Amino acid sequence: MPVLKNINELEAVREKARAHKKDRENNKLSIILGMGTCGIAAGANEVAAAVREELDKFDLEAEIIHVGCIGMCHNEPLLDIQQPGGARITYTKVTPALVGKIFEKHLIKGEYSKRWIFGQIPGANGEIVEGLPTYDELPFYGKQVRIALRNCGLIDPENIEDYLASGGYGGLAKALFKMSPDDVIEEVKDSGLRGRGGAGFLTGLKWEFCRKAKGYPKYVICNADEGDPGAFMDRSVLEGDPHALLEGMIIAAYAIGAPEGYIYCRAEYPLAIERLKIAIRQAYEMGLMGKNILGSDFSFDLKIKEGAGAFVCGEETALIASIEGKRGEPRPRPPYPAVAGLWGKPTNVNNVKSYAITSQILTKGADWFSEIGTDKSPGTAVFALTGKIKNTGLIEVPMGISLREIIYDIGGGIPDKKEFKAVQTGGPLGGCLPVEALDTPVDFDSLTAAGATMGSGGMIVVDQETCMVEFARYFLTFASAESCGKCVPCRLGGQRLLEVLTRITSGDGTLEDLDEIERISKYMREGSLCALGQLTPGPVMASLRFFRAEYEAHVTEKFCEAGVCAGMFTYEIDADRCTGCGLCMKACPTKAIIGEKKVVHVIDQSQCIQCGACYDVCNLGAVLVKRKHELPVIEAAQGEGVI
Amino acid sequence: MGKVNLIIDGKEIQAEQGDTILQAARRHNHYIPILCDHPALPPEGACRICLVEIEGQRALHPSCTYPVTEGMVVETNTERVRAARKFNLELLISDHPLDCMTCEATGNCLLQDLAYEYEVKEDVFHGTRHHFSVNDPNPFIQVDRNKCILCRRCVRACREINGVEAISVFYRGFNAYIGFGADSSMDNSPCEFCGSCVEVCPTGALWPKLSLGQGRSWEVEKVQTTCPYCGVGCQLVLEVKDNKIIKVDSAWEGPSNHGWTCVKGRFGYDFIQHADRLDKPRVRKYLLDGKQKPAASKRDHEKEGNPWQWVEVDWEVALGITAEKMNQTRDTYGADSMGFLTSAKCLNEENYLMNKLTRQVIGTNSIDHCARL
Amino acid sequence: MTVTDIDIGLIEPILQEFREQKGAVIPILQRTQDIYGYLPEDAMVEISKKSGISISQLYGVATFYAQFNLEPRGRHLIQICDGTACHVKGAQKLVEAVENGFDLEAGGSDPDFEYTLEIVYCLGSCGLAPIALVDGQVYGNTTADSIVKNIKELD
Repeated sequence: MPVLKNINELEAVREKARAHKKDRENNKLSIILGMGTCGIAAGANEVAAAVREELDKFDLEAEIIHVGCIGMCHNEPLLDIQQPGGARITYTKVTPALVGKIFEKHLIKGEYSKRWIFGQIPGANGEIVEGLPTYDELPFYGKQVRIALRNCGLIDPENIEDYLASGGYGGLAKALFKMSPDDVIEEVKDSGLRGRGGAGFLTGLKWEFCRKAKGYPKYVICNADEGDPGAFMDRSVLEGDPHALLEGMIIAAYAIGAPEGYIYCRAEYPLAIERLKIAIRQAYEMGLMGKNILGSDFSFDLKIKEGAGAFVCGEETALIASIEGKRGEPRPRPPYPAVAGLWGKPTNVNNVKSYAITSQILTKGADWFSEIGTDKSPGTAVFALTGKIKNTGLIEVPMGISLREIIYDIGGGIPDKKEFKAVQTGGPLGGCLPVEALDTPVDFDSLTAAGATMGSGGMIVVDQETCMVEFARYFLTFASAESCGKCVPCRLGGQRLLEVLTRITSGDGTLEDLDEIERISKYMREGSLCALGQLTPGPVMASLRFFRAEYEAHVTEKFCEAGVCAGMFTYEIDADRCTGCGLCMKACPTKAIIGEKKVVHVIDQSQCIQCGACYDVCNLGAVLVKRKHELPVIEAAQGEGVI
Repeated sequence: MGKVNLIIDGKEIQAEQGDTILQAARRHNHYIPILCDHPALPPEGACRICLVEIEGQRALHPSCTYPVTEGMVVETNTERVRAARKFNLELLISDHPLDCMTCEATGNCLLQDLAYEYEVKEDVFHGTRHHFSVNDPNPFIQVDRNKCILCRRCVRACREINGVEAISVFYRGFNAYIGFGADSSMDNSPCEFCGSCVEVCPTGALWPKLSLGQGRSWEVEKVQTTCPYCGVGCQLVLEVKDNKIIKVDSAWEGPSNHGWTCVKGRFGYDFIQHADRLDKPRVRKYLLDGKQKPAASKRDHEKEGNPWQWVEVDWEVALGITAEKMNQTRDTYGADSMGFLTSAKCLNEENYLMNKLTRQVIGTNSIDHCARL
Repeated sequence: MTVTDIDIGLIEPILQEFREQKGAVIPILQRTQDIYGYLPEDAMVEISKKSGISISQLYGVATFYAQFNLEPRGRHLIQICDGTACHVKGAQKLVEAVENGFDLEAGGSDPDFEYTLEIVYCLGSCGLAPIALVDGQVYGNTTADSIVKNIKELD
């Protein structure tokens, strides 16, 4: 690739990339494979090998394109076929064995098996296959508006041409040649974009503070230390569209006047780091980074820093300490990083999605962006939808959409005919909301008002099999283990709170403990140094608020209705539902289930260890969770199978 | 530097630009409790005891790190603030031994003072406590991590005052503790035993081994003096009980050391009352008897009547013999056969006189001084 | 701490590469661990000497981040579940068998650092109890004999 010396050369390269893409779409067979981390974990590499093998077998020539994650984790691995001048048709849950069959039907016989096909994306000239739903017609995608994820799953993240063809680096060119740094800041301010890391501070204002701060050099940092369990929004952008992040960062650096930047990415994302490295190298080679970008006066260098396993480094001052090679401990603000950040110099820290969105705001304008979403939370929100939900995956929705629409329309509701119980947003520092809150609009302020938080985009749905006390304890275990230990309320308060929760889930809790939870939580929020300590009690507070009865049952009746907390429930076989199939007997590790074929089975409580194996295998819902004292011990079976 | 006007607890005060709220309050002797801050060290913001309410701010903020701004209104002692402080003290006490009756720091312990002020009488959480062994083998400093509140004053003192960085926080969260070197003992680390860490420790976690069991903080008289070891002239504060030095503290106003000391100044005072220390002059018996130097093979310092025996005499006698021998030597071998070494433990005046004696009385320029080495 | 001989020269290129970079402690430690599998004390001392960062600071940083190991780990990782179901099905017997068979203690490694044994709590496969993971591979319905045999079959 030549070094681009001005905006005209950039446009020329873009036109070439578009022509190349059009040529491929019109004249070549394309096989598109989802090669995000999730796809690879589901077997995409094996599928890719099968694709090459089958193409040979059928003597077909095709361009194999590797793309990032399109968001359908539940359907991985994905394989798309786009015939010359045709629509792009998506096959889901593809196995190596299936590849040959798909090729035979689709490419040889021209048949489209609805059994395997998820949907289609219209071709370059709007071509579609009659009878197959387009992505827009499918509920999973129909309600989505993809800005941060605009290219994820659609382009090859390792090919800068693909990004250019999709209009990439247009925002940067506009900023560099048509706008002053102040104009850029005004544009971002006008868009109303709020930081996607979770706190929701106005991005443009943050940039302005940093631009106005005295000190040189200034730095821009991308926070890609996505540490929430069950969250992978940023990873998807890093793996699927790394140039979108780079473009946003260069724009921010231009606006702020920063000659240097860092991407702080967690080491657990090796594929993301690899793709970032490739993208940065390409950007340098084309003169989109480094000295005199696109022939302008502006120069910018970018480095990657790998994290080393500390959740708290997602906090901006801790992240900066970590880049400086110190323990990743936060420090009190003010002074804010915009004034005194990396090496004591003015520093701007934003989340991956904030930068990725910025490049689009510059391309399409502040008005375009602010019309999406709500007044106070314009734009879109990206969520990693996980837990007890049919369509797990990554989604981007306009702010203001209700939780219900996300969970039932996009997520497809709760699987296995189970009931929705709660949805946790904001990850281990967020909060859960009950069924009554399902119509809450999803935006920064409404979620906070409802008792949860927006966070950076984790959304975990749980059904009746989740004990809300244990669920809160799980998050608390995580958060307190990640406390840096610097300030007293977080170091010791988190530990004490966890001890109270552990007491309750192990049957030793009292009603006073519920007051103690509230007391510890209140003062941890009040006194902790950083957001980690302040928000650690969040999940406990929310679940105690909305599921207090469940907490009370744990302490007064020593009963866990979800059948999770050991020793606080028993399993009983419902005589009306049991058909005596024997599945539970086989599954029981302690031979506690007694019965003969086609005769109702019974559980010997003296042998049962409440491992739940019977509950899990029973297809008929015949194994029930009951209060402990309700069942007598069966005398006859005693003495058998005791270890 | 410009001035900043602000209101603390209803009082209008003037602070320097760049002050933190705590610094501004201290300028006006306005008390804000705190554990982790020390005037000689950069602020940390860790203990969360100095939290205050700032008008217009939703959250409480630590006064030790929050910079003053013009027109700022601060409340340092509201019910909300006191409740947050008390909670933090309760947390600290929940992982701190309640052995104040035998603790060395009693009476001189900030945690104890604040527990008293905020009426924290007992552990209200009954949770997990740490049980560290107190066995750091170094000769000078007892390290009792059970009493450590992780205020990190020692970490900062080691870095900022002595510049050694022998102390660091190890691990994190509830498992964090103060560590040395490769997670080793103090004497197996870069530690130089300047004792700055002991000086700034607000509890009994770091304590001089020499001072253990020697007395209570209220029993001592504090005496400021100049360290006798070298020519720097460090100021020290001696804790004296029954006319005996039991501990050395920093004199923060000392113009040449600003509170810092080296290992000798801090811990090297045990010679003063040592049984082996001479407090009267002694001469060899053969000198007293005016005899020639006997054969060394007959040497026995202790034996009554042995020519080598040390005999206690008064200054008159001792100096008389010394002067006589010096005269003899100069007369026999010449002034340049003699050399004089003086000590940094002597006063300037004494060293001056020694110089006069050497050059003018004896007549040689061969004089030197250990502090020059 | 077990003393093992390490070739300290292996980290010289790393120290050279990062010599001019400020704040490069974490990448230096990461690369050092890539070489030795953990952070040997000798290497830490060498890093301290060459980089001018005090040894205490280095350990402060290394113990902060979950990624760093200060103890060597065996070539093979054996994890035995001691959750409730596995416990009643005799997980403790598996632990003893591995400890005796390979000269190590739970939570530690054998003298040759071939094997590291960890106790874990509930892998969610109670129906197959007792469970063991050997280098990530799940073995269900394990017995003392079978786990020892499986481990011995490793290269």
